[in-house]
Amino acid sequence: MQFLIDNFALFRDAFLTTLSLSLLAGVLALVLGTLLAALRVSPVAPLRGLATFYVETFRNTPLTVVFFFMIFGLPQIDFVIGFFPGAVLSVGLYTAAFVAEAVRSGINAVSAGQAEASRAIGLTFGQTLREVVLPQAFRTVVPPLGNVWIAMIKNTSIAAGFSVSELSSLLPRLVNANAGDLLTVLLGVVVGYMLITLPSAYVVHRLERRVAILR
Amino acid sequence: MTSRPNGEPLVRLSGVNKWFGELHVLQDIDLEIARGEVVVVIGPSGSGKSTLCRTINRLESIEKGEIAIDGELLPEEGKQLARLRSDVGMVFQSFNLFAHKTILENVTLGPIKVRGTSKADAEKRARELLERVGVSAQADKYPAQLSGGQQQRVAIARALAMDPKVMLFDEPTSALDPEMINEVLEVMIGLARDGMTMIVVTHEMGFARRAANRVVFMDGGRIVESADPETFFNHPSSARAKDFLSKILDH
Repeated sequence: MQFLIDNFALFRDAFLTTLSLSLLAGVLALVLGTLLAALRVSPVAPLRGLATFYVETFRNTPLTVVFFFMIFGLPQIDFVIGFFPGAVLSVGLYTAAFVAEAVRSGINAVSAGQAEASRAIGLTFGQTLREVVLPQAFRTVVPPLGNVWIAMIKNTSIAAGFSVSELSSLLPRLVNANAGDLLTVLLGVVVGYMLITLPSAYVVHRLERRVAILR
Repeated sequence: MTSRPNGEPLVRLSGVNKWFGELHVLQDIDLEIARGEVVVVIGPSGSGKSTLCRTINRLESIEKGEIAIDGELLPEEGKQLARLRSDVGMVFQSFNLFAHKTILENVTLGPIKVRGTSKADAEKRARELLERVGVSAQADKYPAQLSGGQQQRVAIARALAMDPKVMLFDEPTSALDPEMINEVLEVMIGLARDGMTMIVVTHEMGFARRAANRVVFMDGGRIVESADPETFFNHPSSARAKDFLSKILDH
């Protein structure tokens, strides 16, 4: 316990880094993922193709490889990005592919009649998506999006390997110097992740019940 | 009842052909519908009558032929098509009310988003229309809280809110419990009396007799017969129509 108190500032800073990395990447993934899902159901074939290419590329590439490309690959073409922004981009772009697939499954779950009725009153494709299809799609994808979000929080730990001082980076750093406190360090790190994931699960559950609609 | 319509056709289909893969669902359809005319399309299932109805606002595309509404050819896709659709009201068999919006919001969405009507004006008009179809007390409920008959009447109000030039009804009573059919038909008969141009795909022969100016009988993707209801029901000219009528009218 004394060990945790002595290193409180370190844990706190690492926790805040993981939290801000998660939130920023999460927003990026949600916005980009929704856009990609919309493109994948668009009537314009090249847009569908583009979105499919994106999703398949990122979904089938290990996150570590994405990080490697961002941090070490981009500087090769004279595009240097900091470690933290690189981590946000890597996690966000990678997770967007999974968000896109979850949202797309939600779009497919909305009955075709809803979109037909929207088009029949003269809404454009974009208006149909925004006003009718996506609001209903999101209600069915709250649980799978919750899964994606929690998986993403844990995926931010890859950033430890790329010089971001987030929670998991404390493991090698503290354990190397204090081998006797290995279990304490592990406990501190796990509790740090749980402080984010457990409330998330609760919020997802509440959201799920609030947006449930009658059909 | 309604006076015989005259003038330029409001809806014109000429040489319309459509295939679903190998299936030739619409074959050389020529049909003109005058302003104020009420046309009932009947026929056995699979005859192409619903598909015909859905091609008129291009919910189904066609492979050959032309469809014009008020002298304007249906555009392929995009904003022009959306604008043209806003002038063509459609009522579906399965109602298709927006499940996440209240009854009032269902009716105001089109006017606000497509016509640019202010929220206050759209709501005022929506309440009038809901009153007209007899569901004004349900304005703040969600579709799933209403009976099928009420939902379908809301769907009619939603279509009317766009002030359409023509209304399409695709089997509007086929998904309803028997005791709810009449409340929907009454609203439709009222519309017909008020001079709305209507194309109605239905199995309700009583409606055809009471409200239609013309009955179009389809079979196998073709228009087999087209006549006023009196002539059609009492003296059908084609063997196919005679056979069809004998099966549905006897009991």
